[in-house]
Amino acid sequence: MTFELVCFYFFATVAGIAALSVISVKNPVVAALCLVLTFFSMACVWLLAQAEFLAVALVLVYVGAVMVLFLFVVMMLDVDFTAVREGFVRFLPVGVLVAVVMLAEMLMMIGVRTLQTPATADPALLAGMSNMEWLGHTLFRDFLLPFEIASLILTVGLIAAVTLTLRKRTGTKIQKPSQQVRVRREDRIRLVKMAAVKKGEVAP
Amino acid sequence: MIDAMRDGLLGYGDAGLVVWLLLKVLVIAVPVIIAVAMFVYWERKVIGWMHVRLGPTEIGPFGLLQAFADVFKLLFKEVIRPTTANKFLFFLAPLIALVPSFAAWSLVPFDAGMVLANVNVGLLLLLALTSLGVYGIILAGWASNSRYAMLGAMRAAAQTISYEIPMGFALVSVMIMTGSLNLSEIVMAQAGTKGFFDWYWLPLLPMFVIYFISGVAETNRSPFDMAEGESEIVAGFHVEYSGSAFAIFFLAEYANMILIAFLATVLFMGGWLSPLQGWITADVAWIDWIWKGGWQWTFIKAFCFSFFYLWFRATFPRYRYDQIMRLGWKVFIPITIAWVVVAACLKYFGLVTIGA
Repeated sequence: MTFELVCFYFFATVAGIAALSVISVKNPVVAALCLVLTFFSMACVWLLAQAEFLAVALVLVYVGAVMVLFLFVVMMLDVDFTAVREGFVRFLPVGVLVAVVMLAEMLMMIGVRTLQTPATADPALLAGMSNMEWLGHTLFRDFLLPFEIASLILTVGLIAAVTLTLRKRTGTKIQKPSQQVRVRREDRIRLVKMAAVKKGEVAP
Repeated sequence: MIDAMRDGLLGYGDAGLVVWLLLKVLVIAVPVIIAVAMFVYWERKVIGWMHVRLGPTEIGPFGLLQAFADVFKLLFKEVIRPTTANKFLFFLAPLIALVPSFAAWSLVPFDAGMVLANVNVGLLLLLALTSLGVYGIILAGWASNSRYAMLGAMRAAAQTISYEIPMGFALVSVMIMTGSLNLSEIVMAQAGTKGFFDWYWLPLLPMFVIYFISGVAETNRSPFDMAEGESEIVAGFHVEYSGSAFAIFFLAEYANMILIAFLATVLFMGGWLSPLQGWITADVAWIDWIWKGGWQWTFIKAFCFSFFYLWFRATFPRYRYDQIMRLGWKVFIPITIAWVVVAACLKYFGLVTIGA
């Protein structure tokens, strides 16, 4: 058994166990952390498959940004999780059924074909480039139009999400930092000249 | 001597290789730890001078051993765990904060070929590793089961994610200029004959400024230290930590600061290249690194950048929280997006070329 194979089994086992604990641990924060661990182990597996860009992008996007926001929300939640978990056993058969159907569909879509046709050699290696360079060439030279369309759709989705959730409430107090910075002394204080007067004395 | 040592160790097979790698890691990690200790001393001295005080003077000559006295004090203190804290996460959090900040050091090139991990996707990996550090802060805040700590963690998480975006764009512009993600190649792309005008600070000036400011915000340092904000939330996420657990947070924060200083050097200030490159070509033993470039320049430049951290801290008052968010989202991100396009045009029309 080579060192790489040992690594693969180790990371795959960690990913599997972590994925199982995501749905089985009691504490929601621990569950979110297990999801982080799953992502991380999968990134390691991808690194072993020499897909270094995908692996680092997974860590950067999902572990570094998405899961932080997820944790953020989970920590602020004050949900009684024992109540949520009450139906776990009752709904388990349905859940298993859905999972099995999904697995079957996935296998039909990708599994069967790849099992029959032998895996082709790494195209990046064939082109004599690093994985990253090859991806760049493919995305920005061969598939530029689909790439641009995909990014356009994502931008539209982003703007739509913002406009759907943005509420303009009336009566809220908003500070405008640019105005605050531009404020001058004359706007805030008024100097009043007064003659000094002793107590009981009438001002001249 | 080093070559002989390596060959000797590699002669023992796989075990020798492991020992050799461990030695290489230690050669970077131990100086980082000592640098952190001395940097704390230097910080107290510099801020003291800026406040017209003396700073530490008592322990050792000029107070030089003050940092070590502090370290030993922290190590011998009792580590107290709040009774309602989540035990496992409470002690895991400092480690999660520490590991990414040290792992990122393996990617820093100090001189040509003097780098522990010469990775092809180095820049992306760096971004990924620095973004992992925030988990330590969030977990520390949550596991402490304290309101102040929780508020500090929330602030830190929001701030780090916001400032990662302009930082990422600054890195993207460097990638566009270089056409590579390898940090050593990025430095070599800044070589040329026009001295320090060949470095990327000139074509990417707004990015350079934004990168460093975002770096200060990312490491939660003054004036962006909202995560700690003594006057508002006591000490933020590490308010419940004492002794060595607190020392680990401290170590991670300072290691990150020095790392950002080194990265600003490598990405925008030509790393180990000399500011006089191409102007003098004489061969003189011992001092020709001054114009030919060498690891000394990396350290000199990084020292200047880490000094800026202290200067900022002594000079600027703390930002208000909404102003931090405004600066990140409404000022930095639009500027960086526009400058990525400018950088692409500079590259496309040949105004900036690699290594000339």
